Formats: sequence, C-alpha cells, structure tokens
Amino acid sequence: MSQEEQPLGGGGTQSASAPGSGDAARHDDPRIVSRRWLLFKAAVGLNGLVGIVLAVPVFRYLLAPWRKDSSYDSWVSLGPIDSFPMAETRLAFYKNPSANSWDGQTDNVACYVRHAGGNQFQVFAINCAHLGCPVRWFPQSQLFMCPCHGGVYYADGSRAAGPPERGLFTYNWKVVSGELHIDAGQMPTLSNSAKLVKISLGQGDCSCRA
Amino acid sequence: MPRVSPPHGQEPVRGGPGTAKRVYAWFEQRLQLEGPVKDAALHPVPRSTASWWYVFGSAAFTLLLLQIVTGVLLALVYVPSAGEAWSSLNVLNHQIPLGWFLRALHGWGSNFMVAIVLIHMAQVFLFGAYKFPRELTWILGVFLLLMTLGMAFTGQVLRFDQDAYWGLGIGASILSRVPFIGGGLVHLLLGGPIIAGATLSRFFALHVFIIPGALLVFALLHIWMVLKLGINDWPMPGRLVRRATYMEEYNRLAHEDGIPFIPGAFWKDLAFSGAILAAVAVCAYVLGPFGPSGQPDPSIIQTVPKPDFFFLWIYTVLSYLPPEMETPFILIAPLIGIAILLAIPFWAGEGEKSWHRRPVAVLAVSTIAICFAVLTQLGTSTPWSPHMSAWSGDPIPVRYLQTATPLVRQGAVVFQAKQCRNCHSIGGAGGERGPALDDVATRMTLDQMRFKVVSGGGNMPAYGKNLSAAEIEALVSFLETLHPANEPPAYDASRRAVDESRSQPNAGAPPANPAANRGTNP
Repeated sequence: MSQEEQPLGGGGTQSASAPGSGDAARHDDPRIVSRRWLLFKAAVGLNGLVGIVLAVPVFRYLLAPWRKDSSYDSWVSLGPIDSFPMAETRLAFYKNPSANSWDGQTDNVACYVRHAGGNQFQVFAINCAHLGCPVRWFPQSQLFMCPCHGGVYYADGSRAAGPPERGLFTYNWKVVSGELHIDAGQMPTLSNSAKLVKISLGQGDCSCRA
Repeated sequence: MPRVSPPHGQEPVRGGPGTAKRVYAWFEQRLQLEGPVKDAALHPVPRSTASWWYVFGSAAFTLLLLQIVTGVLLALVYVPSAGEAWSSLNVLNHQIPLGWFLRALHGWGSNFMVAIVLIHMAQVFLFGAYKFPRELTWILGVFLLLMTLGMAFTGQVLRFDQDAYWGLGIGASILSRVPFIGGGLVHLLLGGPIIAGATLSRFFALHVFIIPGALLVFALLHIWMVLKLGINDWPMPGRLVRRATYMEEYNRLAHEDGIPFIPGAFWKDLAFSGAILAAVAVCAYVLGPFGPSGQPDPSIIQTVPKPDFFFLWIYTVLSYLPPEMETPFILIAPLIGIAILLAIPFWAGEGEKSWHRRPVAVLAVSTIAICFAVLTQLGTSTPWSPHMSAWSGDPIPVRYLQTATPLVRQGAVVFQAKQCRNCHSIGGAGGERGPALDDVATRMTLDQMRFKVVSGGGNMPAYGKNLSAAEIEALVSFLETLHPANEPPAYDASRRAVDESRSQPNAGAPPANPAANRGTNP
C-alpha cells in the first residue's frame, strides 16, 4: 500500500501522517473527515438505504402465507346428506379450497361425518388434537383411536383417553340444497381451532372452527 | 515468487515433468495458494493430538462433502413438486441404474453424519476443547449440530411419503402451540393453510440452498479456527487452562513436542474418513435406501406415521409427558438446551480439561447418552401406540377357550370385536398401551373389572355407552377366567359373605370359614 492510499483519519481511527506530507496536526484531528472516507461512508449509507428499501418487499413476500384464518377458509361440499346414514360415522373427502395444480394428492383432505339424528351432523377433523396424526374410527367400539400416541375419542368427538387434552376438532357445517357443506381450508391445529374451546376432560366441546 | 519459466539451458521435454512444473507454476503465479496451503498442512501440532480420538471432526466434514455430492446427483432426477416427488423417488429406486444406491448413500450418509457429529461433540466436551481460546469454535459447532439436525428433518420431508406428510403435521401441531403467533408460524412453515405443494417447495429450498449454504460457511469457519487456534492439546489432569498463559503454553507444546499436521496427525483423519465412507457404502449396499413408504395422500388414513431414527426420542418424550407439561416442555426445553450448550464455554472457559477430574461432565454425557438410547429404543417399539389391527389380526390363544362356557366364549368375541385387543395383549399378542390381561383376574375382582370396563379411567376409555349390559357381562366373565391355573382369581370378601349367606338356609349368619375371606382386611 502506498502512502497516498493510507486512510486519513476516517472512521474515528487515527492514522499516522506521512512524514513531510504537510500538516500532521490536521491529520490527527478526529473532527476532520477526509473526502475519500466521506465518500466511502456515503456509499455504505446508500447501500444500507437500498437494502432497507429492498428488504420491505422481501419480507412481505416471505410473510405472504401469514394470513388470517378467514382468508383461507371457505364452504366446501361433502356431497348429499343421503350418503351419511343416520347414527353412523363415515369417512368423507373434499378438495381443499386453496388448491394448486402441483399439489398432487395432498389437497385431498379427509374428515369424519357423524349423522347424529334428524338434521344434525358433526364433522370431525381427521387430525388428532394431540399432534395431528390421522385418527381411525372403529364402529364396533364406537371409538376413534390415534395410532401415534394412543389418543382415544368417543363417537361424539369428546376425549376418552390418552394424551390429547380436548376432543376432536370439528368443522362448522350447514346443509345447502340437500348437500352437507363444511367451512374448511386449513390443517386444524390448536392455534386455529382451539380458541373458543373450554378444555375439560371427558366432554366433547367442539363448537369451533377447523 | 515462483518462477514462470525453467532455468536457462534446461528446456523441458514436451509433455515431460518440466511441462507439469510449468503448468503448476502458471497456476500458482495466479492463485498464490502454495503459501497458505503449506502453512496449514505443515503447521506444528502437539504430538499428543495425533490420536484416534481426534478423527471425528474431519469425518463429519467428509460426510458433509459426501452429502453434497450425492445430494447434487439426486437433484438431477428428483422433482421437488408435491404431485411428482414420490413418483420421482420411485423412478430413482427402480428405473434409473443405481439410483437406489445413490439414495441409499445419501440416506445412510445422513444417519452417519448425525451420529458422527454427536460423537464429535461428546468427545470435544469431554476433552475440554471448548475452553479458552476455542469458545467460538464450540459455539459454531453447536449451530453446526442444529443445522445437521435441520438437514435430517428437511431431508425426511423431501422423501415425500406418508411418514414425511404426517411428520410435517406433527411439526405443524407443535408449532401451533406457540402462544399468539402459533397460527402464523404454521402458515409460514407450511407455506399455506395445509401441507401441500408450497410446503414441499420451501422445504426443498431449505434443504438444498439455505441450510447447506449456512452449513458449509459455518463448517469452513469452524475448520479455519481449528487451524488458526491449533488442535486441542491432549488434556492432562492438573494442567489447567488459564487465559493469561494458555496460548504461550500451547505454542511451546506445539513447537517443542510437536509434529507437522501433515502427515503426523492427518493420516489418522484420512484413514478414519475412508473407513466411514466405506461403512456408509456397505450400509447403503446391504440395507438399501430409506423408503419412500406410502403415497403422501392424506385420504389414506391406514397409516402409522413414525419419525426417522434420530427423532424417535422426541416421539417418545411426547407420549410420556403429562399433558399439562407438554406445551411448555416442547417449546421451552429445546431453547434451554441450546442456551446451555452455548453458555458452556463462558461458564467453564478456564480450568481443568481432563475428564478424569470432571465428574459432572462425564455424568452429564453418560446420562444424556443413556436417555437418548432408552427413549430411542422405546420409540422403536412404541408401547404406547394401540395396535390398530390387533382386534382382527391376533387370535385368542386356544388354551384360554378350551374349557370355556358359552358365556365366556361370547365374552372373548366381545373382547376382540370391541378393539380391547388393540391396547391389551393376551398370549403375547396385541397392543401394549394398557396392561397385558393374561392374569388380570388375579389383580382385579369381578366388580372392579366391571367398573373399569363401564367407567374407564386413566388411559382407558369408558365403554359404558358402547356396550350392552349383556356384552359387559360376557366380557367380564371372560376376563374372570384369565388367571394362571395354580392361582385363583381375586375375590371380594364381602361378595363371598353375601353369596354364602344366600346359599345357607339361616340367612345373615357369618361365613363358616373365615379363612376364605382372602385378600381382605379383618
């Protein structure tokens, strides 16, 4: 590095002045900022500014999936109510409303429909309320069992045994022109389905959204 | 400065060794790598560090390189699309020549890498290598461990099968328990509201670009510091680390009783890395690739999802924790664990290095290793999971029914048909969620069994609503026969008194034989 290229006291550092280069005291004065350091700092500042300006859209892009539950949910049909016999629980399927063409089979979502009698239904999420594994319905014993950690639920979705602290997640439903519709769109988890649920053992309190 | 042309009068023969030298010199003049490489290769290290205990770090880096190479090769074929990934893995397994072997190398390489990183970490900890001046080397190592585990998990997701799908579901369920922002975090993890195409795309980006990029940078910095600060000297009991004097002591050790890193110490690294690569290759060839298991179709619910080997212990923990402890534990314990790891070099940056004089350190490593082994073993056998097909697949042993009355046989039918078998084994077959029932009649009286069946309790559902009175009676009659031949069933003394008084003409008289009141207090 030649003497001319040495920094001249910028950035708060004190550089030794070259012998014979003029006013040594001037170079040692921390209040004096050389032109090249000023330009350097200006360039750094410009990059910082551009970085911040670019970071805003990048963050917005990254946070794009972070949306309200309501923006994901919509009513989907599970088919005619005749396909759900009285006092029985049946597996039903629907295509997730926000599907992409490259989702493959993953947007093919399953749920359980219990025709409780009259025009009353219960629609349960397939996901165990413990950690989301797929529960299986056993009509003989009228129980849902989870293969992962052994959560068990009664026919009305209430907790029977095991690690889950609540009953199965349920979907809101309505009957439209003889078809059963549910308000669906998200993988049911404790964060989107448990907000209004009072947790109590042995009671299926599932008036919640999934 | 290296010479560009050979000395005067020594014109090399075309294509001979002189040409090679000239080519080398041409590159060296431009790259100027010879100096730093020689410095790194020949720098003196304490003689004691040329040990077989010091080979795990280099083996981990070798495995990282193997993972990068095999990963790139797999990426030539793999399709990171939720609709196609599973099919492309099957093409790799079955149609592309030796595609299965590449997948197996990558899968086994991953397992070996996690294992070697853990062993490396335990060794470094026990040898006190995290102490001054290598605190930052340790901290980068902690992040390297986390990234290695991150690669293992994201890699399991890229094997986009049923286990990957439901494993993601478990991950999302755990994340959803974060207070306030859990829902948003789940959306970020999945790239949308459900596990779908966007989920696989972002895990592909994590597994192929983001984590490996950071991993490589961190690993190179880690190695840079090992070269600059020197390999940890062999810990001698009583030789304490002090900030003021350590560097001088180390330099003296390295120069007075040192050997050049290459070949003195490095040959063992090379040999061990070669052996590890060979072990990966043998495992890959003999045991083959991992999966893919069933299609990632959430409408196929006949599945028993299970995490990969290195996450089985978490699976166990989540089944044994009391419910109220779960959320705090899974959200806070990992953070505390990482904080402790990061704090170790600051907390114990000086002092004794030798494991001979660090009983707490030895105890900690042993305890963690034993816990990991036990929890993993339990995660392999999953005694807490119901056996979903036991009720229809495991018959009642014939010996239990040979002399049975029709009522008892009907009870056996109820026992099978109502899925009791999924949680209770008989004759060694069935679920292990509840206790085995081969001798249940010696533990519980008839009334106790009836009460338990009807009301449930603990981990048992109440069957009162789901069984008729006749079914309960038959079931309990069957259970009452389940006791060893030489051990009578438990009997309620008060019932006996009532029964006997009923059978006697003078009702209300005390039983003839008080000794029959077995199992009750006087």
